[in-house]
Amino acid sequence: MRIRLRYRKLGKVRFTSHRDIARCWERALRRAELPVASTEGFSPRPKVHFGLALSTGHESLGEYLDVDLTEPEGSSVDLGALPERLSPLLPPGIDVEAVAVIDRSEDSLQEAVTSCSWVIEVPGSSPEALTAAADALLAATELPVVRERKGKKVSDDLRPGILELSVIGATPPDAPEQGAVLEARLATQPRSVRPAELLAAFDPPLTEGRVRRTHQWITSDGATREPLSPGAPSLAPAGAGAP
Amino acid sequence: MWPQLEPLLGKVAKPARYIGLEDGAQRPHHSPEKVAWLLAYPDTYEIGLPNQGLQILYEILNERPDAVAERTYAPWGDLEELLRARDLPLFSLDTHRPASDFDVLGFNLSAELTYTNLLNMVDLAGVPVRAADRRPEHLLVAAGGHCTYNPEPIADFLDFVVLGDGEEIVAEITEVIGAWKASGRSEGSREHVLRELSHITGVYVPSMYECTYEGPFLVATSPRYPDVPAQVEKRTVPDLADFPYPRNQLVPITEVVHDRLNVEVFRGCTRGCRFCQAGMITRPVRERPAEQVRTMVADGLKRTGYDEVALTSLSTADYSGIESLVGDIVKSTDQGPPVSVSLPSLRVDAFGVGIATQLQKARRTGLTFAPEAGTWRMRQVINKLIREEDLYSAVDAAYANGWRRVKLYFLTGLPTETDEDTLGIGELARNCVELGKGHTKSPSVTVSLGGFVPKPFTPFQWFGQNTVEELRRKINLLRDDTRRNHGVNVKWHDPKATHVEGLMSRGDRRLGPVIEEVWRRGGTFQEWSEKFDLALWQEAMANHGLDLDWYVHRHRTEDEVLPWDHLSAGLHKDFLWQDWRDALAEVGLPDCRWTPCYDCGACTGYSIEHIVASATPPAGGSQGTGQDLSSSSVPVSLLARKPEPVGPAAVR
Repeated sequence: MRIRLRYRKLGKVRFTSHRDIARCWERALRRAELPVASTEGFSPRPKVHFGLALSTGHESLGEYLDVDLTEPEGSSVDLGALPERLSPLLPPGIDVEAVAVIDRSEDSLQEAVTSCSWVIEVPGSSPEALTAAADALLAATELPVVRERKGKKVSDDLRPGILELSVIGATPPDAPEQGAVLEARLATQPRSVRPAELLAAFDPPLTEGRVRRTHQWITSDGATREPLSPGAPSLAPAGAGAP
Repeated sequence: MWPQLEPLLGKVAKPARYIGLEDGAQRPHHSPEKVAWLLAYPDTYEIGLPNQGLQILYEILNERPDAVAERTYAPWGDLEELLRARDLPLFSLDTHRPASDFDVLGFNLSAELTYTNLLNMVDLAGVPVRAADRRPEHLLVAAGGHCTYNPEPIADFLDFVVLGDGEEIVAEITEVIGAWKASGRSEGSREHVLRELSHITGVYVPSMYECTYEGPFLVATSPRYPDVPAQVEKRTVPDLADFPYPRNQLVPITEVVHDRLNVEVFRGCTRGCRFCQAGMITRPVRERPAEQVRTMVADGLKRTGYDEVALTSLSTADYSGIESLVGDIVKSTDQGPPVSVSLPSLRVDAFGVGIATQLQKARRTGLTFAPEAGTWRMRQVINKLIREEDLYSAVDAAYANGWRRVKLYFLTGLPTETDEDTLGIGELARNCVELGKGHTKSPSVTVSLGGFVPKPFTPFQWFGQNTVEELRRKINLLRDDTRRNHGVNVKWHDPKATHVEGLMSRGDRRLGPVIEEVWRRGGTFQEWSEKFDLALWQEAMANHGLDLDWYVHRHRTEDEVLPWDHLSAGLHKDFLWQDWRDALAEVGLPDCRWTPCYDCGACTGYSIEHIVASATPPAGGSQGTGQDLSSSSVPVSLLARKPEPVGPAAVR
């Protein structure tokens, strides 16, 4: 069976890379003695499928990974106990919150996720100034950016990828640098918009404080849902955040 | 100081190396009654974290009720710049405390080129770099590790130095420092605590000694006070079984070198390779009981989730009973997810490859051997008594068992080395490629050439190191010789870095100002090839009226006072001198673990003995030297007489 796990990445551990956390997961799954399926061949690797990479330094309330187990659904593996079993085997700040069996025919996380919600601290700004700047940004019909790709300059438009943008207030008292806080939903397909690109698109460009991914979304056939199948505990508080 | 650090970490490369949080990290509880140790490795986290010595002391200290220990590593230039710009100090990784919250800053010194990093870290800690300028409120700066067998070049910067194994001595040091702390660290008390520390066997306090020179020559290093020992002896833990550490090896979140479980199977080496300082200063051999090794491997794998374990020592295939140990480990990891077991140094013979074959079921990509020299004559000089047949049988077995690449380590610039010896390396490599062709279409043999640096407490400590030009000439000779040989690749270390390593290795206290100047001019991370700058060292030497060539290339005479003569690794100086004469006479000396004692001093001087885990010597003799060991039992008893060295005929 294939299971999908959702976990948080908060605090000091945010400074680890996607690859670092992938290795931690492999070790944690081995330590939990889960019946993880392996690839065939000379150097077998565990069949673990990671979702969208989270930039080093960013926090997240909703990271996902899929794991293939050799045992079928309904076997001895107690899925309900998995979060509590795995969290202590992962670095402090990584906490597993939900798990569910998913169908093997489901698209991989990288293919399925279409947008992510972000909370972005902007040091040195005020909610009023930031609101005005965000309105100006949203009013633009086009936000061209030039990127270098294989030595060639490629221009494309960020605007379609900015799905939602608002200012939610001043930074909380525990923020390392004071300022205002943006909330944004940014597309991951067809062209992904990163929080840093969003901030750079402002005029003048904004500096990046703490950044936290709050949700990942799958939009297909006009419906939007989170990557864990219904029945798994929902991350979105009732009436908030869901687009 | 996490709140001040947090905004900086978003701006630096690889911030994960500054956050701690490893599995196995301790949660130290500081309190005013406890002695707080900040254990430091003077290089980046990736290089320093796996250091087992530091991890062992970290655990032992935190187990004590009167001590706490945290870790720190050299911040890379980007973070250093941000720290200095904000007037922030060096910090600990475990609880992100400033260095000033600690009583001792203890460095592990494993490489000479890290000395300028040590100064930089002391400075970042907010402590005057010169010990003489420190006051009672400043922490004590200490160092241990292999480089401290000649700490003289950095003597000005260290409050105290530990020689030898740290497991036991840290307790005694903690007690002395604890008393100092309890006394309130009043004015003038720093001198007093250092004097107290100098009474502990294994502790060297450089400021308690005075150096006398005549012209360019050092003539004496003498204690300033009658209660300070004239000669400082190293500490040796008699039995490794008493110290099954680390119990909770740190599992880093981010990538580091040697990222695997390490289990030390023995300490010390009696193989007697004359170039090898580690083998000389860590005698005698103390093997860990096989049962304890098995437990540490099984528990370690289970706790860490690693899929690789290395059985570490200076020559693991020489562990007595290695075959049954390896068999047991392979059997115990048969069920469950695949685990690879590695030996960091492989014996150069078919036996060694046999063990590797047993261990490495998957991923047979490359195997490494260290014949060290290109001809039998040269190998007799350095006492690495590997016959060509041994190497060929090893390489043939490696290719036959599916390995595709073979790496051969050699030293160049060895005593008595001729061009014939250098060209012999090419000949060996070519023959290895030919052997490989019998098994695979395009075999590859990589020759790695390291410039030889004479080290203190070895028989080669009197030898004048080759010049940069001579090393370069030999490297080029070998490159030209193998240029047309498909399958032979030659790699080499930068002779310029070897040059400065040689300066530090056998230097004296007059180098202190030179190291300080190089550091002040920004010469940190000198062990990183992109940061190494020979000109900085040359200019600093000239500015202080010192001659690099005199320090590095000069042959020492028997009667010359060496800068480390007031320190002792247990080895008798006359034993080393005799071994040096034997080397020049091309006379080999077999492993004393399986033959009678030569009385080098390491056992007899300290009333300790070799400890072996099994009465069965490894097949084929130590390092595959072909010693006939069939009739001998384990000679752990000591002989009073000093037998004549055995010639090559006896060895064969």
